Amino acid sequence: MKTRIKGEINRMELRLPAISVNEGIARAAVAGFCAQLAPDATELSDIKCAVSEAVTNCIVHAYAGRPGVCYITVVLLEGRVVRISVRDNGCGIADVRRAREPLFTTGDTDERSGMGFTVMENFMDRLTVRSRLGKGTLVLMSKEIGRSRQGE
Amino acid sequence: MIRTEYRYEMQKKDRLLVVRLFGEIDHHSAAGLRAELDGLLLKERPVRLVLDLSHIEFMDSAGLGLLLGRLRLMRELGGVMVLKSPNPRVLKILTLAGMERFMEIDGLKGAEK
Repeated sequence: MKTRIKGEINRMELRLPAISVNEGIARAAVAGFCAQLAPDATELSDIKCAVSEAVTNCIVHAYAGRPGVCYITVVLLEGRVVRISVRDNGCGIADVRRAREPLFTTGDTDERSGMGFTVMENFMDRLTVRSRLGKGTLVLMSKEIGRSRQGE
Repeated sequence: MIRTEYRYEMQKKDRLLVVRLFGEIDHHSAAGLRAELDGLLLKERPVRLVLDLSHIEFMDSAGLGLLLGRLRLMRELGGVMVLKSPNPRVLKILTLAGMERFMEIDGLKGAEK
């Protein structure tokens, strides 16, 4: 069990084999856990989309068909904030800044749109990507639930 | 139980082809859907393809790739492609990617109001 972080009220940790059927399972599990914060349909969809992108990157790019594990941690914080990390021990990203550019993709054999990081960045409030070649990648993102409805 | 990957229904009238998609479009489901749709398009060779997204509950950027690939094929076949009735969540990712610059999205103006 990891050390609790400041303001933490609940935590979920998942370890999933990096196989494509787990894309849907990962986002459904995260959405179910985040339901405690009573997000609206758009917020929930944003979170599902961001998780789906991060897990798909892990499967398609980090392990690229090799066996591997995708580690997902979801922490609910005071202030209705959800913090999600998606980590792998895969190949790593050579140039994170370039990988985060819209439409960037390392290949088009799967008709990839190159919009994965752009989706994560736009659908969540914060996105941090840390990567080391040959070691793996950590995607850390957070979103405040209810933020878009403040002032209504 | 592993969820159903995808499902679709089609209607054909002359060279208009309407394909109604169901479920979720992600990297997992896109590969099978891509093969099915391409088989359908190469067989039917429609002049106008309408992809009805009203029953798509979720779509991520793998769906964008799928749509752009089918648009490319329709252009090669000399036809056009239209997206019909995406829900507001699906519309959000379509407009984030600027898909309205490449294809007609039915319901876009109404959703923006």
